[in-house]
Amino acid sequence: MDVTLRIKRFNPEEDLEPHWEQYAVEAEPTDRVLDLLHQVKWYQDGTLTFRRSCAHGVCGSDAMLINGRNRLACEYLVKDAGSSITVEAIKGLPLVKDLLVDMEPFWDQYRSVMPYLVNDEVPEDGKERRQSPEDRARYEDTSRCILCAACTTACPVFWTDGSYVGPAAIVNAHRFIVDSRDHAHEERLQIMADPDGVWRCRTVFNCVEACPRDIKITRAIMEVTNEISAVSGG
Amino acid sequence: MTLIRPDAAARAAVRTHDLDAVVVGAGGAGLYAALELKQDLGPEARIGVISKLYPTRSHTGAAQGGVCAALANTEEDHWEWHWFDTVKGGDYLVDQDAAEVMCRDAIDTIIKLEHLGLPFDRTPEGLINQRRFGGHTRNYGEGPVRRSCYAADRTGHAILQTLYQQCIRAEIAFYDEYQVLDLAMPDGPDGRVSGVIAMQLASGEIHAFRARGVLFATGGFGKIFKVTSNAHTLTGDGVAVTWRRGLPLEDMEFYQFHPTGMYKLGFLLSEAMRGEGGILLNKDGEPFMERYAPTMKDLASRDVVSRSIYQEIAEGRGIDGKDYVHLDVRHLGAEVLNRKLPDMTGFIRTYFGIDPLHELVPIQPTAHYAMGGIPTDLDGRVLADETGRTVPGFYAAGECACVSVHGANRLGTNSLLDILVFGRRAGIAMAHELADAPPAAADPWAEVAVSRAVSSLRGRQAGERAATIRQELQEVMFTKCGVYRSGALLEECRADVRALRERAANLVIDDKGCRYNTDMVEALELGFLIDCAEATVESALARRESRGAHAREDCPQRDDQAWLKHTFAFRDADGGGPRMAYKPVTITKFEPKARTY
Repeated sequence: MDVTLRIKRFNPEEDLEPHWEQYAVEAEPTDRVLDLLHQVKWYQDGTLTFRRSCAHGVCGSDAMLINGRNRLACEYLVKDAGSSITVEAIKGLPLVKDLLVDMEPFWDQYRSVMPYLVNDEVPEDGKERRQSPEDRARYEDTSRCILCAACTTACPVFWTDGSYVGPAAIVNAHRFIVDSRDHAHEERLQIMADPDGVWRCRTVFNCVEACPRDIKITRAIMEVTNEISAVSGG
Repeated sequence: MTLIRPDAAARAAVRTHDLDAVVVGAGGAGLYAALELKQDLGPEARIGVISKLYPTRSHTGAAQGGVCAALANTEEDHWEWHWFDTVKGGDYLVDQDAAEVMCRDAIDTIIKLEHLGLPFDRTPEGLINQRRFGGHTRNYGEGPVRRSCYAADRTGHAILQTLYQQCIRAEIAFYDEYQVLDLAMPDGPDGRVSGVIAMQLASGEIHAFRARGVLFATGGFGKIFKVTSNAHTLTGDGVAVTWRRGLPLEDMEFYQFHPTGMYKLGFLLSEAMRGEGGILLNKDGEPFMERYAPTMKDLASRDVVSRSIYQEIAEGRGIDGKDYVHLDVRHLGAEVLNRKLPDMTGFIRTYFGIDPLHELVPIQPTAHYAMGGIPTDLDGRVLADETGRTVPGFYAAGECACVSVHGANRLGTNSLLDILVFGRRAGIAMAHELADAPPAAADPWAEVAVSRAVSSLRGRQAGERAATIRQELQEVMFTKCGVYRSGALLEECRADVRALRERAANLVIDDKGCRYNTDMVEALELGFLIDCAEATVESALARRESRGAHAREDCPQRDDQAWLKHTFAFRDADGGGPRMAYKPVTITKFEPKARTY
């Protein structure tokens, strides 16, 4: 089938403002939007710039705003996207070139929540720490995050004020806050209780809709607020 | 206007970083090595990790099934059994001392990963849970054993995230989105490695990273083939850079084709689908594996099943006369598909738009894993030749390296184990060597050469597109140097690759800019792919036998008399054919036997 691809282009070395360009591509209904972007890049205009790697939804490189919603270009098929498809960069992070944004503010927020297990005690028998299947299940959902930034860059609070830590960072804080093995529980909750932390969430649910992994983000946010309340004796 | 000599201009534009150690690649092997380096050398040590991607995008994250270690958490198991399975799986080309180290170290390595925070699934008692996996047996082949430690069906993702998280905690310096282009070897192939030269993608600038030790953990090169499970970015950068520097590549003819790739797409449908009872069918609906492997049937080793599928297709029993067969999982029922294989079921629904509960799944063998690569000793030290001489300051680990623990065919789950065990060992050995290593010397010649290559590519005004050449390369490698090979096909393939190399010397890029010039990156990657393809086809042509994943129709038997040895291929600097040398296989316990499943 014939597909019209409208891509918001921006070349920082030539353009003052982004502008829309239109491309005609031949596609199979089962092609991914990523395949169409490659068709343009490989055979029409090599300057088209975007990130991608695994091409099947596990590496998190190619989150884009496609037909008005944040999605992974490698998980969205032409048969669902239709014969007229618009693609632009995710919002809320500085635009660098075409579909590629500056991810550093996103990684800064991620790193700010101590996204690592803190526990330097090793069991005396030298074996693994014990953890019950029930305790393990508490962070199953949030440990599935692929850090694609689709949620954070769909959040209107983040758009208005980039100092908000954002849903992705909260999801990754949650993953450790509810891990029975972790020793930095209160420190991490303090970070979450910061004015730019978890309280900024307005439960708009854009993040939940945007997540390609279907992580129950607002539930994780609620669980973090509950933990804060529990610690502060609320 | 003053004319500046290009050399001076090029050198002036190179930015330098002085570090103690540089790790190239941020998958499991690179990250584990970086952690060990930091721990052993202390907080003052300047450890840099360079990656062309953000670390969490590395392909380690795509691994599904699990990682094996004889923990014996759910039933009796011994690392010696794991050792035997690995040697047999590799069709006896495995170096048995290396496999012994891997299977023994596995236990401690997995326990340490748990301590670092890895979210393993748990037994009711709270121990790391374990499950069965293809080729892993109890008591030297008696039957399946629960050996694979797993985190749901995304074990690689859990490993990658855990290691990256701990690297953040250890405050390791990351240089994200830098494309490595050369090694610093100021004294040539007999001297030390003293850094790497890379391009910063954000700016297009050339950066020289000077370091007393360099580890390559750059991953595989599946993109030399048309249909592959590998990410777009797996273009053999580190393997090709090493080859260009006159260092050997080991066992490049052994490339694993996984039987169940999604038709045309190439992504994996895990071995677990057949483990749970899935069956392969030809166009007549016949479960054909019964004819090829009467005992193990659909669960024979990967090389055997892939060849059987090809045989069916060659004899006209592919679906609709095309190059694929069906995987039937309908009888497994909704419970198994949705609960035990949710990601696989999701892939099938998303990309094929079919429900595997009611429909047959089109599959074809997909290029998956390089058994060969940069030769190393048991501690990741890169070998300069087949005698075992090492290159000072240079280490390699993970899929880009060849220890060799996989021999002629890798066993499922052993890739994750390889990156962890040998990434960690390389880090420890490197930390040890750095204590006495001399300061890193610059390689101004290499810096200028890289700068020139990049500006010449940017300056060219007419020529072919890299994508066209890459597509042809992938096609010829897949059809002439794939699952089945022959002397005649390989000769053709060699000529094709040489012709493509000549065409690639004159390719043109549209993007003449500096910032995130991914058009240029793809052109540079094509150069790496052609090198990897050349080493693969030349090594395959030289090996006149069939063993593991290397199947030649003109030499169908395994020949232990003549070929129980590792290939060491060296690039000819004058543009002629590579020089081949050979190294004996290390056999310490298991004598080669006929391999049946």
